[in-house]
Amino acid sequence: MPSERHLILKNIRKPGYSTDIECYLRHGGYQALRKALALQPVAQPDGTAIGPKEQIRREVEISGLRGRGGAGFSCGMKWSLVDRKSGKPIYLVCNADESEPGTFKDRQIIHRDPHQLIEGMIIACYANDVHLAFIYIRGEFIEGARILERALEEARAAGFLGRNILGTGYDLDIYIHRGAGAYICGEETGLIESLEGKRPYPRIKPPYFPAVLGLYQCPTIVNNVETLCAVKHIVDMGGAEYARLGTPDNTGTRLVCISGHVKRPGCYEIEVGKVTFRDLIFDEAFGGGLHDARQLKAIIPGGVSAKVFRAGEKVRVTKRAADGKMFETEMDVLDLPYDFTSVSAAGSMSGSGAIIVLDDSADMVEVLANISEFFAHESCGQCTPCREGSLWMAKILRRLAKGNGQPADLALLLSVADQIPGGRTICAFGEACSWPVQSLLVKFGDEFRAKVQATADKRPDRAFAEVQ
Amino acid sequence: MKQSQQSNDPLASPPGMISVTVDGRTVLVPRTMPDWQGRQVPTTMLQACELAGVTVPHYCYHPKLPVAGNCRMCLVEYGVPALGPDRKPVRQPDGSLVIKKSPRPAIACATPVSPGMEIYTSTPTVKLMRQSVLEFLLINHPLDCPICDQAGECKLQEYSVEYGRASSRFAETKVHKNKQIDLGPRIMLDQERCILCSRCIRFTRDVVGDDALGIINRGSYSAIAAYPGTTFDNNYTLNTADICPVGALTSKDFRFQMRVWFLKETMSLCASCGTGCNIVIGSRENCIYRFTPRQNDAVNSCWMCDYGRLNYRWIERTDRLTRPGGSKLTSPDWEDAINGIAAALKKAVPGHIAIVASARLTNEELYLVRRLAQFLGAPTDCVPRSGPADNLLLCADRNPNTKGAQLLGIAASPPGVNLPVFARLIRNGTIRSLLVFGEDVTRHGITADDLARLDFLAASDIHTNGTTAVSHYFLPGCAHVEKRGSFTNVHGRIQRFEKAVDPPGLARPELHWLRELVCRVTGQSMGGTVESVFEAMRAEVPAFRNIAWADLGDHGVATHG
Amino acid sequence: MSWALPKEVEEKVDSLVGRYPQPRSAVVMVLHALQEHFGCISPEAIEWTARKLGLRPINVLELVTFYPMFRREPFGRFHLRICRTLSCALAGSHQLHRHICERLGLNPEKPGPQTSADGLFTVEFVECLASCGTAPVIMCNETQHEQMTIEQVDKLLDECRCKCRTERQGGLAAEHGFEP
Ligand SMILES: Cc1cc2nc3c(=O)[nH]c(=O)nc-3n(C[C@H](O)[C@H](O)[C@H](O)COP(=O)(O)O)c2cc1C
Ligand code: SF4
Ligand code: SF4
Ligand code: SF4
Ligand code: FES
Ligand code: FES
Repeated sequence: MPSERHLILKNIRKPGYSTDIECYLRHGGYQALRKALALQPVAQPDGTAIGPKEQIRREVEISGLRGRGGAGFSCGMKWSLVDRKSGKPIYLVCNADESEPGTFKDRQIIHRDPHQLIEGMIIACYANDVHLAFIYIRGEFIEGARILERALEEARAAGFLGRNILGTGYDLDIYIHRGAGAYICGEETGLIESLEGKRPYPRIKPPYFPAVLGLYQCPTIVNNVETLCAVKHIVDMGGAEYARLGTPDNTGTRLVCISGHVKRPGCYEIEVGKVTFRDLIFDEAFGGGLHDARQLKAIIPGGVSAKVFRAGEKVRVTKRAADGKMFETEMDVLDLPYDFTSVSAAGSMSGSGAIIVLDDSADMVEVLANISEFFAHESCGQCTPCREGSLWMAKILRRLAKGNGQPADLALLLSVADQIPGGRTICAFGEACSWPVQSLLVKFGDEFRAKVQATADKRPDRAFAEVQ
Repeated sequence: MKQSQQSNDPLASPPGMISVTVDGRTVLVPRTMPDWQGRQVPTTMLQACELAGVTVPHYCYHPKLPVAGNCRMCLVEYGVPALGPDRKPVRQPDGSLVIKKSPRPAIACATPVSPGMEIYTSTPTVKLMRQSVLEFLLINHPLDCPICDQAGECKLQEYSVEYGRASSRFAETKVHKNKQIDLGPRIMLDQERCILCSRCIRFTRDVVGDDALGIINRGSYSAIAAYPGTTFDNNYTLNTADICPVGALTSKDFRFQMRVWFLKETMSLCASCGTGCNIVIGSRENCIYRFTPRQNDAVNSCWMCDYGRLNYRWIERTDRLTRPGGSKLTSPDWEDAINGIAAALKKAVPGHIAIVASARLTNEELYLVRRLAQFLGAPTDCVPRSGPADNLLLCADRNPNTKGAQLLGIAASPPGVNLPVFARLIRNGTIRSLLVFGEDVTRHGITADDLARLDFLAASDIHTNGTTAVSHYFLPGCAHVEKRGSFTNVHGRIQRFEKAVDPPGLARPELHWLRELVCRVTGQSMGGTVESVFEAMRAEVPAFRNIAWADLGDHGVATHG
Repeated sequence: MSWALPKEVEEKVDSLVGRYPQPRSAVVMVLHALQEHFGCISPEAIEWTARKLGLRPINVLELVTFYPMFRREPFGRFHLRICRTLSCALAGSHQLHRHICERLGLNPEKPGPQTSADGLFTVEFVECLASCGTAPVIMCNETQHEQMTIEQVDKLLDECRCKCRTERQGGLAAEHGFEP
């Protein structure tokens, strides 16, 4: 029986649980922080000692935690790349921009358990010698920002933040920084520019790797809300114990956001890789199945940036057998375990953990037009292919959806989509805006062809006149 | 490893050098090269390609601006030596490196090279990437090239021909923006032609320090703008029209004047201050259309100031002196004029004659003045000119050749201190004769009444002035654009310039008639070209010793002053 | 000049600026504070912010025009943000937008902000509000309304109208010094 596994949502799901610090403390809050701050240097056989901060970083490395913001990059690795010798301050920014359509997990934490995030952040900051950190929260989370502000004040009053935290001599301040409605502020270098008060134009890499040249050209760690909460649990239970949750390359638990045509949309916490798409969409513990008499048509597995899966699609993935050997196998997409590795092996990504389910009532031309309009609206406009390509695609698609397309448009659309991704743009938005177009056009080509054919049959001269 | 192998092993380059291969050609490039501010930073692919003789097309990159990496025109493919499990490079049986091609392209303008790197700038993939960038840049472009001033200098046009697609596939409505924005007193902006390369923003922010331009709106609707109600009005705004790769920023001075391909280009200098910015003069049919900066990293980088750039209209003023004249000259005849002056000078008594020569004259001309002064035993001086300086190029000294005049002993120290002395000596009758070359001394402390006391006054200038009006002989001179020669800038750099247009009427370059005068008065003989006068000068004046005219090249050399 | 900033807003701004190692970082937060106070970002607000943070007005305008949450004209008393993006669209948010526009006499084809003739409502489509599990979502001012239906939208509009009426009466009462 597939089921949820609660770590991050543990308290949130308890009846009567509230956002104030007393409630959090009653539920064992800030114990992980106390534990972290109480760590002592551990002597090594060779006479050296490993300091408390390094111990925490090692636990995070051992935990196998992968970033929950979208890319699934190893958190331990990210921290290990931080330039600790530059003599400059190190900053940490919590990415609470939550703007990948389909994603609403960070909202759960912020609105209902803000202290969990703050505790995770304080630990991460301590482990990385950070003395000033920011929570970059999307502008529309007006209530969320207020809740966090209040929680930060409570934490300050309780001595968890500010000068000389819990008498350890460690100083840290965390401030809220609100965005104002821009998806690109979720991209870590766009976020950094935005936090510097500039247009949120993502930076070129090289040379601007945040771990070396981030906020104010200082080493900077950007982590997602959920990632930072996981850090608290890793310190709580130990990295090795955390790594026992989930599967070897995809450890721990993960929040999955299910929306679209399911009976029970919502945010669920699973052990990574222990639950399949089938479970997530159909099981009573999760999505609860489609609405009556509807058939599954498509799954968007990781926010609208991800390449779509067609229902019934067979995917090939490489798996590790019990004896440790790797082998390739083909399976129905519904049987694919939900984890970073499997979904990407199947040609897409689990991204921000947002699954959008589409049943047979969905008009795929309209769906794609909707997605492309999002990207056209959100492209920051800094680099040529994305700036021009995203709007071009949206315009073609809106025309198709309105019934003014013609067969040649499909090849053109695909060709435009092919001209944007693959490292041609400054940031991964280029991929994000073209992947849905590439995958929907190919996997639902019949539907697109039928749409333009219907137009051509109905009004041949009109459809032609449109493009003249 | 064998010695022979090591010598052409890309991973064993001489210290400070890196071996990279560009389109199959292996070159050694420096590990670091100067960035836009001249700081040594790791050499980029684009620089390495340049050194290998391969130009990578680009829009947003400019060697004198911080790198932005936004146009994506310079995308190239590349590979680096493959590493084995031991983290050591994998080699072929013949010892050559196994190169692992990167699955993703990189922007050449911002990506550093590494030892053994192979850069591919003309693969089908690279060509397709360029083609698509061009297509994207053109879909919302107004395509109004026939009426665009940039035509002929437009990188969009140029690259489209070279790398673009033949026909447009764009059938949607274009994004419309503002086509006629009066950005400031000298610059117009057409937002629709703009490709958002941000060069103009970076220039005015990072080079000038006037953060006046920005991008408003987002995505495809983004547009360059100044804040409403403010004007883009620093002294360097016209450089943005130069560096704008398309016709989005245009000079009001030059707008719709002339198609650029009709212009004759002449290597010259700006003469409006002592910095001596290197310029190109664009002219046609003896008419000057524009000054544009010419790169010289020792002087002006790629820039010039608006004041200097626009300071040429006076050349065509109608009050130019076009023939010799004066109260003692009966006909406008050069021979008579030179003879008359020479005769008067031969009678002049040392100690009773003085010379004022302009610091706008060339080194060679001032050298001739020096010869004359030495022979006549005449004290000399220049007229100083100054104005506010800025911290970029414009210097307080508004004469182009004060330093030359100092090195040649013409200018007093400080320049101009002799002028009141001359005035006093005229008034008390000591100075009986005065020569004025290229100035109006009546505006610099020697009054018309003073001049009336003189036994002899000869003057030259470009325009009629208070001095030429009362002189016994006056001679029409040339603007620097009408002659050849050299100036020495405030930092002691001697630079040459060429003639762009002919002088009006009978006006002749000062060098010509000064030489005649010197020969006539001193009885010495001397070559008549700029080069021969220069030769004589460097043989005599220590500051110019060992500097040959040919050494000056296009960028000049430091004098020993 | 009629533009003046109350002391408490300026104090708030000062404390915001104090959070950052570089004042420029505060610009978006300052703009939020000014918009909260004035209802929109006027040229005076842009210029004041620039002066306050040692910037040029264009630096601020660049941001005001980038971020859709900043508005340069005052909005209605009730600001309805309807999520346009996929999950909400699948759950009928476009029908809601159309319905609201039609009820308020606005153009349903226009996604951008438009204000009803009585100045009471400003309606706009926005991108995903990160609440896709409870689609379709509408924000009315700062409050989020989830799983909206046509009926609930009608109710919401009526409540807003009603609230406005009592506010007006309250205002009147305050002016005339009697209890409402
Ligand atoms: C276009 C784009 C939008 C993104 N939006 C978000 C976001 O809203 N929230 C987030 O946490 N990460 C987002 N990311 C990922 C971040 O760049 C970054 O990888 C992440 O914050 C790192 O945190 P993690 O390592 O904890 O996952 C986005 C990335 C891209 C390219
Ligand atoms: S890819 Fe798009 S979003 Fe990213 S920098 Fe370029 S224009 Fe901006
Ligand atoms: S105006 Fe010219 S220089 Fe400025 S961004 Fe546009 S194209 Fe580039
Ligand atoms: S700085 Fe001086 S030399 Fe250069 S352009 Fe200006 S006036 Fe001419
Ligand atoms: S030249 Fe524009 S990206 Fe390199
Ligand atoms: S799609 Fe509407 S809240 Fe996400």
